[in-house]
Amino acid sequence: MNIVVCVKYVPDATADRKFEDDFTVDRVGVDGLLSELDEYAVEQALQFREKREGEEITVTALTVGPEKAVDAVRKSLQMGADSGVHVLDDAIAGSDYIATSLVLAKAIEKIKADAGVDLVICGMASTDASGSVVPAMLAERLGMPQVTLASVIESQGDQVRIKRDNEGSTEVIGATLPIVLSVTDQSGEARYPSFKGIMAAKKKPLETYSLADLGVDSGEVGLAVAWSQVEDTTERPPRTAGEIVTDEDGSGAGALVDFLASKKFI
Amino acid sequence: MSEVLVVIDHVDGEVKKPTYELLTIAKRIGEPSAVFFGSPEQGDAVAEKVKKYGAAKVYVIDDAQIKGFLVAPKAEALQQLAEKSSPAAILLPSSFENKEVAGRLAIKLGSGLITDAVDVQEGGVTTQSVFAGNYTVQAKVTQGTPIITVKPNSAAPEESEGAGTVEAFAATISDVAKTAQIVATQPRQSTGRPELTEAAIVVSGGRGTGGNFEPVEGFADSIGAAVGASRAAVDSGWMPHAFQVGQTGKTVSPQLYVANGISGAIQHRAGMQTSKTIVAVNKDPEAPIFELVDFGVVGDLHTVLPAATEKVKERKG
Ligand SMILES: Cc1cc2nc3c(=O)[nH]c(=O)nc-3n(C[C@H](O)[C@H](O)[C@H](O)COP(=O)(O)OP(=O)(O)OC[C@H]3O[C@@H](n4cnc5c(N)ncnc54)[C@H](O)[C@@H]3O)c2cc1C
Ligand SMILES: Nc1ncnc2c1ncn2[C@@H]1O[C@H](COP(=O)(O)O)[C@@H](O)[C@H]1O
Repeated sequence: MNIVVCVKYVPDATADRKFEDDFTVDRVGVDGLLSELDEYAVEQALQFREKREGEEITVTALTVGPEKAVDAVRKSLQMGADSGVHVLDDAIAGSDYIATSLVLAKAIEKIKADAGVDLVICGMASTDASGSVVPAMLAERLGMPQVTLASVIESQGDQVRIKRDNEGSTEVIGATLPIVLSVTDQSGEARYPSFKGIMAAKKKPLETYSLADLGVDSGEVGLAVAWSQVEDTTERPPRTAGEIVTDEDGSGAGALVDFLASKKFI
Repeated sequence: MSEVLVVIDHVDGEVKKPTYELLTIAKRIGEPSAVFFGSPEQGDAVAEKVKKYGAAKVYVIDDAQIKGFLVAPKAEALQQLAEKSSPAAILLPSSFENKEVAGRLAIKLGSGLITDAVDVQEGGVTTQSVFAGNYTVQAKVTQGTPIITVKPNSAAPEESEGAGTVEAFAATISDVAKTAQIVATQPRQSTGRPELTEAAIVVSGGRGTGGNFEPVEGFADSIGAAVGASRAAVDSGWMPHAFQVGQTGKTVSPQLYVANGISGAIQHRAGMQTSKTIVAVNKDPEAPIFELVDFGVVGDLHTVLPAATEKVKERKG
């Protein structure tokens, strides 16, 4: 069985994230890393492999992104994935969800043609765009059942069942492999790479594909043809410093209520 | 004037507030047509409600073939409706599920997609709040039918009478769309408090509650607020995940957000930074949440909140 995990390289959320002059996300000037939410996807792929003893299961980490994005794949290999694929092509820069999902789907199809794909696992959202749409788009493009936002995952044979929190309810979803699965940060802490894992990762196969390798025309992707265009970005003005009081002998509660009353909340 | 499709947000025919916000926004782009996925018996009652906010047509799509499966059938039905009605735009309330519907629909229609808009202007220019609320982005769909998911509290609902003509729409759902089956559903029990994402006031608790949410809940009830929680409080098992505010929980944008015993991590901010007024109670004067607040109390929430609750009750008499 083969599992593909989609991992995105994103600017560090705790750094000073910003935009380029063409309004694309600055992916070079800010330190990047494997999206934390995709660590959960890698973790679930590894657990899938570990739980199904006796089966031969390989995990391939797949990323679409600039040169540095290979770090996201490397980290996945260090955590325990078996091989990596990096789709790298200048024409991809500035791609929106539609183009990104196209390139990912084509890469998954190539992996499928070479070795088969039974399961695609994504994170619940990328920490930069946070659209939570790519997994659904992949399911649409690949014609696979969409089993998304899983907090608990169980599988037996070719059957997968997950639990997911919906707006007003908790649901159990069932589907037959192959599927596209996305997992939330409720699915279980992701492991840290061990020293052994870090050493082993250096010897694992890591391939780089261009758009041509995937049979994607460079005119189908990138900023120029994006299906939506950013017209402007504005840094939010810093909030004006508020009033801070220190609670002494119960004074805090009174001050708080006075403030709320002055703003007509009471 | 072209139609603008607005997907109705409802529970069992009970129309929710974001629907009216979306209808209000839709009027800036064209003539709103509401789309109801539900039981046909409820169609007329739903139409009565949405016509007050300008719905000219109300498409009723029987969800008997749809509700047992995840997302894909809804996208298929909307595709068929869009092909029939050639709308100027399609608006959906931003929930995880609707974003996925929108994503699949965008691929099907070959249309651009914008998620989590907090405003949509004439001409379809959207505003989004990104990077944990540190930036706003203006964007526009440039290909196909603009598909836009809009967050709750993005507009004040404005009443205006529409025709509200009910039209049944028969969607054909393919077998491929029925491959992810909803095996079981357990509705969440109502707390009797306002809905987190819709509430005008949200009072949240974090690790600083030490697991005792009574002071937070008591204060919330005194001012008619919804209750929220940080991930630390959820991970500790003190509150269900449905109450989590932040990047991987709910995004809230209320008039007033009161954070208690919450440090203000970037992932928490991502879910509340666009709140109009922010207040915090935290015993650490260095807590980053104080950088955001309009008003802050450095103190122990276990004494400040119960006392504040008493004072609110006194004022209200
Ligand atoms: C990928 C990812 C996604 C995440 N998503 C979310 C998310 O959606 N939502 C979210 O909230 N977090 C999220 N987090 C976690 C986030 O980084 C923080 O760990 C979390 O928000 C901390 O919760 P807290 O503020 O309650 O706890 P802490 O950071 O531990 O802060 C507790 C605060 O309580 C104060 N305090 C303690 N006792 C008292 C008292 N008696 N009275 C008053 N104050 C007191 C302390 O001074 C402290 O400031 C995410 C993290 C990651 C990596
Ligand atoms: N460029 C990318 N490379 C690899 N995986 C991606 C990429 N973009 C999105 N994904 C996957 O899709 C998920 C959801 O992303 P998004 O829809 O952008 O929030 C992520 O958690 C990843 O698993």
